[in-house]
Amino acid sequence: MTSAPNKPASKAAALPALELRKVNKWFGTNHANRDIDLAVQPGTIHGIIGENGAGKSTIMSIVYGFYSADSGEVLVNGTPVTITSPKDALAAGIGMVHQHFKLVDNFTVLENVILGVEGGMKLAAGMARARAELERLEREYGLEVSPDSVVEDLPVGIQQRVEILKALYRGADTLILDEPTGVLTPQEVDELFRILRQLREQGKTIIIITHKLGEVMALTDRVSVMRRGEMVAHRQTAETSKEELAELMVGRKVLLRVAKGPANPGATVLKIDGLNVIDGQGVRRVKDVSLDVRAGEIVGIAGVSGNGQSELLQALSGIMKPASGQILYKGEDIAGDPAKLNARALRKAGVGHVPEDRQREGLVMSFLAAESAILGYHDLPAYNRGILMDRDAIIAETQRYIEKYDVRPTSPTYKSSNFSGGNQQKLVLAREIENDPDLLLIGQPTRGVDIGAIEFIHSRLIEMRDAGKAILVVSTELDEVMSLSDRIVVMFDGHVVGELPASEADERILGLMMAGIDPKKNQAA
Amino acid sequence: MASPASSKPGEIPGWIYNVILPILNLLAALVVSGILILLIGENPINALWVLIQGAFGYADNIGYTLYYATSLIFVGLGFAVAAHGGKFNIGGEGQGYIGGLGIGLACLYMGSTPWPIVMLVAIVGGAVCGGVWGLVPGYLAAKRGAHTVITTIMFNFIASALMTYLLVDVLIRPGQQNPESETFAVTSQLPQVRDILLNFGINIPPNPLNVSFVIALLCCVAVYYYIWRTRWGYELRAVGQNEKAAVYAGISPTMITIISMTISGALCGLMGLNVLMGDQHRIVLNFTAGLGFVGIAVALMGRNHPFGILLASLLFGALYQGGSQLSFDIPVLNRDLVVVIQGLVILFTGALENQFKPYLEWTYRRLTRQSVPQSTKEA
Repeated sequence: MTSAPNKPASKAAALPALELRKVNKWFGTNHANRDIDLAVQPGTIHGIIGENGAGKSTIMSIVYGFYSADSGEVLVNGTPVTITSPKDALAAGIGMVHQHFKLVDNFTVLENVILGVEGGMKLAAGMARARAELERLEREYGLEVSPDSVVEDLPVGIQQRVEILKALYRGADTLILDEPTGVLTPQEVDELFRILRQLREQGKTIIIITHKLGEVMALTDRVSVMRRGEMVAHRQTAETSKEELAELMVGRKVLLRVAKGPANPGATVLKIDGLNVIDGQGVRRVKDVSLDVRAGEIVGIAGVSGNGQSELLQALSGIMKPASGQILYKGEDIAGDPAKLNARALRKAGVGHVPEDRQREGLVMSFLAAESAILGYHDLPAYNRGILMDRDAIIAETQRYIEKYDVRPTSPTYKSSNFSGGNQQKLVLAREIENDPDLLLIGQPTRGVDIGAIEFIHSRLIEMRDAGKAILVVSTELDEVMSLSDRIVVMFDGHVVGELPASEADERILGLMMAGIDPKKNQAA
Repeated sequence: MASPASSKPGEIPGWIYNVILPILNLLAALVVSGILILLIGENPINALWVLIQGAFGYADNIGYTLYYATSLIFVGLGFAVAAHGGKFNIGGEGQGYIGGLGIGLACLYMGSTPWPIVMLVAIVGGAVCGGVWGLVPGYLAAKRGAHTVITTIMFNFIASALMTYLLVDVLIRPGQQNPESETFAVTSQLPQVRDILLNFGINIPPNPLNVSFVIALLCCVAVYYYIWRTRWGYELRAVGQNEKAAVYAGISPTMITIISMTISGALCGLMGLNVLMGDQHRIVLNFTAGLGFVGIAVALMGRNHPFGILLASLLFGALYQGGSQLSFDIPVLNRDLVVVIQGLVILFTGALENQFKPYLEWTYRRLTRQSVPQSTKEA
């Protein structure tokens, strides 16, 4: 492969804004990046896609100076550069917008933007200069943000703009965005894309790391695909398709949408009526929520994260205490009875729960896989012999999960942290599904999970549905909610905005509802 | 490409952390101690030799080493149980002291009963008293969020004041000045190893090693089984490693914290079995003599594992015993310097326990990397 793997298209003959040549990176014995070649043309939007652990974050961390490459060259505008810290990267004109924003929440926008580049001892002078510069940037790139707003009061989409402004203020010509859309509503995503296109028009170069194929197709000019530490393909976006990219990422053909028959709902398993949940800070997170889930159907809860779905799930699984309202499980109100509404009793009563954040809740990272595989079920007689735990039985059961759910690596005696996110999730799902619940609560079934594993997880859930189980799915991935659910409930600010059959849902309607607008009600009014 | 992800590459094996790292830390402490001894004008090699001889050279020296180790095992195990539950119990000194009260009272009031029965009652007494001294900070931590580091150290002071009061005003043997209780009846004293050996015609010089060493070893086994083989230990570790996951699993961190702090205090409370019932044969002032704090270092060095605690206890027992021999044989290296050496060992194995970790990992990766890339490239 030559050093310029993709042909310059429209803006011919320009030197690449960023070029990597045969970059290698080892972590111990793990070859995280292998002979990476990449050329990003100036003034384009370049997507880098790949599954988790494919090495895309590693390669961008090398560019941004968090890691140093073991071998290979990094060239900026044709000139070799040595980048050993983010400072070097900024000096070379490379800025990064992280997936988790690095903002000081109780500072204003202006204070955040100048943090670290205050410009001298006197803060006021620096602030005045910064304010003028910020206004110029905002005008030029259409990034309206009020410089005096406190960051924590701003919506997530605007906070992201502050991150972009920070990078621009530091003189970045090339912007790297790591999974930028994960926390945004569809409307906010559109707005972000508008900004990124405008930045491109002004000559900036954008690199976007993502696993969402739809976004790659909609936004980028070119796309590079990584798999297992290698660059496996470079494509002009216009000349490729979602299907081809998915196949390149996974290394085999993938079903992007799992086929499922119509639901055959039976008796109501879970009925919630006027449920309110108040969190530790005294904030009402769930407000008068009513919904029901019947046997043999999947109900999806859509919403931008932080709109009460997490707390709803926590209340239903007995982790948070509801403040008021009814929770009827199999016809019996358990909301007011702590002896019934607690995690242990609910599991015994047949409520499985796959938590939203598997790394912090679903598993204990330092436990063996076999130990994590019985979490919550550890006091079942099957796993205990007298006062001692039955290690052989636990390992045998874990081995069964591992085989049935294709978990890799295949050893039950590895630490849980040695498994990738997708495999950890499979382990948690195996645990909760194999204990044969009547009601399964799932938060973010496929967050951080590879495309190949998503297909697997979705088909397992549909199998479960067809076996007559009730399933409640909370997901911030619209695609997922739409492809899995039979009915979709949208939450905004703790309320249920509305409910609609999956067949009537599309991204526009759901997007509006996720912003708190019920299009049906609007039409009626 | 087809290579299965059967093993996690780049993973550092456990023995690097559990064996090599403590040895490195210990060596560092010895090197610094050696420099210190050199500055004083003595020969460090000679001093080390005297120390080793003093700890292991003769039967009675070994007896003393194991005697100190016994106390340290109890406290080390106690610290480890709390640590597995995510709590830092530095109140072993006070819990051991108060536990000694329970043991002493059992001995005092069961005068002429045979020692095995007295011992069983004393174990219960020591465990209950020490346990209560752990339970209260545990309860305050679980229900009120009071940090155990603060509360347990406060409880050390309360224990000290309480025991002083009891020994000066209540338990003191009538008609004498020393703040100590009556001597326990001979039948209720724990047999010393020396006496047992005498029955077989083996005569070793006097030393305080007694059967509570066996109890300490049994506690090691019991704690191992509790932490790693029972569902209660499973819940304890779940809370200690990831409280959110424990709550998700329906485990109550509140209960686990209270229970683990109680067990922790109970184990520390057994220290008096060795010191009072096995050696002093009466309740004396400050019999814990700081061993409750050394036990923390023992547990840290032993990585909160009973077997590691056993080894670390032997090391610190040897330092205690060899140290006194050192100051006896080489008067310039007085008692204070021995404390400094012990302090250095604690500093390097406890406070700086991960000092060499990055270098060690780096070295390991350097050594293993050369062979592996060849094979993965072909795969």
